Amino acid sequence: MPESEYKYGFHDPENYVYKAKPGLSYEIVSEISWLKDEPEWMQKIRHRALDYFLKKQLPKWGPFLGDIPFDDIYYYIKPSEKQETDWKDVPEGIRNTFDKLGIPEAEKKYLAGVGAQYESEVVYHSLREEWAEQGVVFLDMDGGLREYPEILKEYFGSVVPYTDNKFAALNTAVWSGGSFVYVPEGVEVAIPLQAYFRINAKNMGQFERTLIIAEKGSRVHYIEGCTAPVYSTDSLHSAVVEIVVKEGARVTYSTVQNWSKNVYNLVTKRSLVLRDGLMEWVDGNLGSGVSMKYPGAILKERGARAEVLSVAMASEGQQQDVGSKVVHMASDTSSTIVSKSISKSGGRSSFRGLVKVIPGLSGVKASVRCDALIMDDESRSDTYPYLDINSPEVEIGHEATVTKIGEEKLFYLMSRGISEIEASKLIVNGFIEPVVKRLPMEFAVEMNRLIDLEIEGSVG
Amino acid sequence: MAKGSNNNILIVDNLHVSVEGYEILKGVNLRIPKGEVHALMGPNGAGKSTLAYALMGHPAYRVTEGSVFFHGENLLNKTIDERAREGLFLAFQYPREISGLKVFHFLKKAYISRFGIDEGTFSSMDFFNEVKEKTKLLKMKEDFINRYLNEGFSGGEKKRMEILQMAMLKPEMAILDEPDSGLDIDAVRIVAEGVNSLRGPDIGVLLVTHYQRILNYIKPDVVHILVDGKVVKSGGPELAEHLETAGYEFAGAEV
Repeated sequence: MPESEYKYGFHDPENYVYKAKPGLSYEIVSEISWLKDEPEWMQKIRHRALDYFLKKQLPKWGPFLGDIPFDDIYYYIKPSEKQETDWKDVPEGIRNTFDKLGIPEAEKKYLAGVGAQYESEVVYHSLREEWAEQGVVFLDMDGGLREYPEILKEYFGSVVPYTDNKFAALNTAVWSGGSFVYVPEGVEVAIPLQAYFRINAKNMGQFERTLIIAEKGSRVHYIEGCTAPVYSTDSLHSAVVEIVVKEGARVTYSTVQNWSKNVYNLVTKRSLVLRDGLMEWVDGNLGSGVSMKYPGAILKERGARAEVLSVAMASEGQQQDVGSKVVHMASDTSSTIVSKSISKSGGRSSFRGLVKVIPGLSGVKASVRCDALIMDDESRSDTYPYLDINSPEVEIGHEATVTKIGEEKLFYLMSRGISEIEASKLIVNGFIEPVVKRLPMEFAVEMNRLIDLEIEGSVG
Repeated sequence: MAKGSNNNILIVDNLHVSVEGYEILKGVNLRIPKGEVHALMGPNGAGKSTLAYALMGHPAYRVTEGSVFFHGENLLNKTIDERAREGLFLAFQYPREISGLKVFHFLKKAYISRFGIDEGTFSSMDFFNEVKEKTKLLKMKEDFINRYLNEGFSGGEKKRMEILQMAMLKPEMAILDEPDSGLDIDAVRIVAEGVNSLRGPDIGVLLVTHYQRILNYIKPDVVHILVDGKVVKSGGPELAEHLETAGYEFAGAEV
């Protein structure tokens, strides 16, 4: 997509308090940790993770990642000195950016808390008082580390260790920002917590780190949105999200990712689900050049459940390599994976779904469904299911469909007076409807709108 | 030809249509005046559905010769959606299923497109009431409009959905491609009642059918018989009755 067509393709003059030198080294990692005044254990983890990152090869499967300019990337930028808590105190340039994204309006309406990541630091952060009274914590990750070091020490890296993969190691070494959410026992957070993320500087990596802990019987919905302006050089976004869902708790994590198309989006998201807990991932991938993202769950105790719903749209020059990974480690656990992908204008989408069931279990249910819609002959869609079932008493369903948008469906809708563009939109939005209807209203509207824009860009 | 010929809404002259290189229609002539219902009958493979698709503008149905005028304008250089917006309607023999697209949303989009209405000033409430009224007429269930378009519909529900669309889009010329196929007698009656309620001086209807059965419920003004890509005989309703007893052989034999 040409720069001018990217909806959020504006950027502010770069005016930062601190910007580390490009490239990656022990010194840079130490400097990040020192600037944040972190405890020594965190600095040690960062260093160990850096070692692991440096010696680990790039993955040999999936999209080609050999062009990522690791040495030219800025791994840490701090845009303004202090954490702002009042909208009026946020510097004007940054405020303008948020205004363009419509954040304050959204917040006024119904958002309980807004954590907006501008560059590597959370600039604006608020949480409604009633929740603070309930003991709900919603901070940026650096704040979480300062205020709740014991919780961090216990859980940081417990769901996604830095040894998980090369990019989890990179994130652990240089992480900055992200959200820390803690929901105490029995508390139901009625309104979703929202965080908006934004990359602004050229060649800047964004390495946010998010940790969500839902105590016994609690309930929370966390929403992450991503929008990045357009730059002529490539950027890297490599986040880690860890979620602990305790007994009977329920966590929903929703994302609509709309990075500009020169961003590598390589993200590790995973949840650990304990007895009778429920984890729901709702994942929309529309932007970025190369995405690799497989939100997953480890169902560790009896009765744990996971549901993963994802939508990906790969357009010109894009590779959406997405899916899910679920490991059943206890009896009577269940998982559902539903994936919808759209490929158009030469885009490529791949679905990888891994379901693993360890030996000796009973009453396990798993279902995987992936549907691909291909809009034209230049585009491509692939499915890679991996079912690793080691217990005999497992009920497993797997279904995959590939459809072309089809002359006949277009003809049918157009015969009612609907233009070709409108007809394409109706078909595509209908295709993803089962997932989109699970999103909160505002996000669903945004998702449909982004897809409409994509289709207008190609059919028109 | 039929009565009221200077009031023709649709004029088809020497129409030749090919599909994948094979000529299916070999010079069809038809004149349909406003206010009349014409039945087009013929054996399987005669080209009845081909005519319906070609008139609506399906890209696989290539017109190689001839002309079609729709309320005085050349129809053939218009896109599918333009034809529909100008008042042409096709009730499909096999309506497509569009997963995830709710009937109400679809009807609204179609209505707005057909009549060039600005979506911002459109009253969904009035529209909703009108749809509801029409669904009652067609004996459709209330939850119908919240279902996905044709997905999981029974044969009868799909056919009624087509007639509902016709009712909402108020065409000047409606082509009904075998609206009775696959239906039991009760469903045929409901569909026929729906069509009859839409008959009037401002609409021309071309009813494509293989069997005479539906013509017991929808009385045609004129019957045409299509055999091997040509209209071989035209006449009054008695022609259909004669077909019922004599079969298509007689019509073909008289060419």
